[in-house]
Amino acid sequence: MKSLTEDHRMVKKIQSKKRKRISFGQIVVWTSALLTVGIALAIVGIIFWKGIPYLTPSLFAWTYTSDNVSLMPALVNTLLMLVVSLSIALPVGVAGSVYLVEYAAPGNRFVHLVNLMVDTLAGIPSIVYGLFGALFFVQFFGMGLSLLAGALTLSIMVLPTIMKTTQEALREVPALYREGSYGLGAGKLRTITKIVLPAALPGILSGAILAAGRVFGESAALIFTAGTLAQVAGSVTDSARTMAVHLYALSQEGLFLNETYASAAVLIVVVLLMNGLASWLAKKAERRREHG
Amino acid sequence: MSAWKENGAKRMFQMAAGMAVVAVFMICGFLFANGLPAIHEIGWLNFLFGQVWRPGAEQFGIFPMIVGTGVVTLGALVVGAPVGVLCAVFLVYYCPKQLQAPMKAIVNLMAGIPSVVYGFFGLVVLIPLLRHWTQTSGMSVLAAAILLGIMIVPTIISVSETALHAVPQTVYEGALALGATKDRAVFFTVLPAAGSGIFCAIVLGLGRAVGETMAIMMVAGNQAVLPNGLLGGVRTLTSNIAMEMGYAADLHRQALIGTAVVLFGMILAMNALMAWVKRRIAS
Amino acid sequence: MDKIKVEGLNLFYGSYQALKSIDLTIRAREITALIGPSGCGKSTLLKSINRMNDLVEGCRLEGTIEVDGRNIADLDVNGLRKQVGMVFQKPNLFPMSIYDNIAYGPRTHGVKNKKELDRIVERSLRQAAIWDEVKDNLKKSALALSGGQQQRLCIARALAIEPDVLLMDEPTSALDPISTAKVEQLVQTLKKEYTIVIVTHNMQQALRIADRTAFFLQGELVECDQTDVIFNSPSDARTEDYIRGRFG
Repeated sequence: MKSLTEDHRMVKKIQSKKRKRISFGQIVVWTSALLTVGIALAIVGIIFWKGIPYLTPSLFAWTYTSDNVSLMPALVNTLLMLVVSLSIALPVGVAGSVYLVEYAAPGNRFVHLVNLMVDTLAGIPSIVYGLFGALFFVQFFGMGLSLLAGALTLSIMVLPTIMKTTQEALREVPALYREGSYGLGAGKLRTITKIVLPAALPGILSGAILAAGRVFGESAALIFTAGTLAQVAGSVTDSARTMAVHLYALSQEGLFLNETYASAAVLIVVVLLMNGLASWLAKKAERRREHG
Repeated sequence: MSAWKENGAKRMFQMAAGMAVVAVFMICGFLFANGLPAIHEIGWLNFLFGQVWRPGAEQFGIFPMIVGTGVVTLGALVVGAPVGVLCAVFLVYYCPKQLQAPMKAIVNLMAGIPSVVYGFFGLVVLIPLLRHWTQTSGMSVLAAAILLGIMIVPTIISVSETALHAVPQTVYEGALALGATKDRAVFFTVLPAAGSGIFCAIVLGLGRAVGETMAIMMVAGNQAVLPNGLLGGVRTLTSNIAMEMGYAADLHRQALIGTAVVLFGMILAMNALMAWVKRRIAS
Repeated sequence: MDKIKVEGLNLFYGSYQALKSIDLTIRAREITALIGPSGCGKSTLLKSINRMNDLVEGCRLEGTIEVDGRNIADLDVNGLRKQVGMVFQKPNLFPMSIYDNIAYGPRTHGVKNKKELDRIVERSLRQAAIWDEVKDNLKKSALALSGGQQQRLCIARALAIEPDVLLMDEPTSALDPISTAKVEQLVQTLKKEYTIVIVTHNMQQALRIADRTAFFLQGELVECDQTDVIFNSPSDARTEDYIRGRFG
């Protein structure tokens, strides 16, 4: 019969094995994670720390002057740019995706070609888009540096984003819904517009927000198509700088460092808001899927 | 009547899908039509391997910029790929449940920050730091590589995460059941299994790095010469286009378009590589 | 009288023949059950009657199916599906309110007047014996209901387009026994006004509710007769074997 102390020692041994020892793998991954988070927070932190104190009303004046370096025109232009470019990219992208998912047979050559082209568009650097836009819209079509030229260029740039997310959203709509609709005597078009698209809406919206994020952050393509005029665009033919272009201009001028920090801070806040909106929509979609 | 409407709608949707094809053709068309004759006039070898870029003297060698792109991109990968992949591993296998959402939010934030903000940060924080430590101007390959590395981390994290999630849970559990420690199971069994997906993540990061313009322009010095070591100034293909497009004319302008053609070719090659890898995964 | 007449039907999915030379008549205002083991073709036949198989790539038909003496291949498919309604195996309500789900069919076929829609919605829900349970919550999402309620709602939705035939593809296979009983009860009251064809995996269900039963095996119609004849004195040995549970 074993003694009580021997049993006790065995229990202790097992318990010590269970006590957590930090492994090498843990160290490595935690370091990477902390590094990443640290840098992200440093970027945001420094910009907020140096920028937020300088968010004065004059920075939001409607008219830009070289004294107030107001970002308001750029902010408004950004909104206009978003509206115009998404008004082009969303209908085209969603309609095209509808064809690819709802009409074309799988493995069809046209589908393969379109998706290949979409992937190609996705990889083209933004400066090349800028160059193309400058040659094609600004010069060839004679639009000059304008909101429209910029928006058209950007709409091509974000088309892949819209098409990829919309195709995925459409594929996620259960086949049962379509069958139910056909079974009730509805035609294909009605089934798509009344049943499939509404069901896919959350996914499509996510894609739209992703696209909006890209439009918002874009600078290289816009400098050569929409130009850098720091006033609110009166019409789509006016040159118009967006927030990102504005920040670039400010940092290149190097004069109003504090206001530049402040403008950068505003940019980051908008990104945070957009991300927040996207995840809120994602959660709503999740809830809708489960409880209807 | 209804059949007429149905068919009309189908045609419209089809045309919309075709727009992507039209767009690529237009872009290729304009770029090649303007760029290829220029390269031809300059001479392919002179263009691609010429080490002198001096438009004023009709010298259009983009070799320094090709090297610049290569060096900066490589540096970015060295900085960003390990961190990105390891962070993805962290998120999938080591991150406590409560920290998952905040961590993902931070990665999304990083992904959403515009490149000019990164560039600005590089300009006002990174450069002064480098200046302090190395007693040089700070605008260098190193600065660009570090900044670009940070910028591609979110891309690498999200795609690697997907690749890791795609490895069946049974692989991980199987390794553990055979007595492997968690580290062993994750790093020597799951990670290799996700290998091609992670390769794709890195190639995507590479593509993003090659295409980046603004942030690099703000921190790299932009001298059109072969970089003089890590601390030397450098100009990439993208910066070259961005910097001179505003005032370039005639052959100079078309040489820049030719530069865009070269970039386009690089991207196509990378896409083809990815497609080839994806086909190998599928088989 | 014959409501539905299937003559010499051969159906192919690509090169695979799913139905072999089917000759079957469905009588009006009766419940006809289609039984047989998995993969025997009973669902396929059902889906041919309202041309849902048109949606399947590579599906080819030979032979004719007539509803009210007219070849369904010649009819407008949407009009056919208005006359021949379908209830699926799993409830497939749309992610909309109960009201909008029921109203979808009538709206599709041109009913726009709100009062008319209200009337149709109430009538259909009453016919499906679910009105009292949902009448106060018509604007609530249909997906919030239980499985049994959802299936009865699907029946109401099918009834809302005022068909005269109701095709039901294993409508209770996903339901618990109590909901199943409710649906079976419902189907038996509906037969007074509708011709019902029900595919079922459950022989006892056929025994309980069907007037006539057709037994299918490997794409062939083995025999079709009054239910008690099929179950008590089948003519074919294969039918007898299936009934006795010698194979499933």
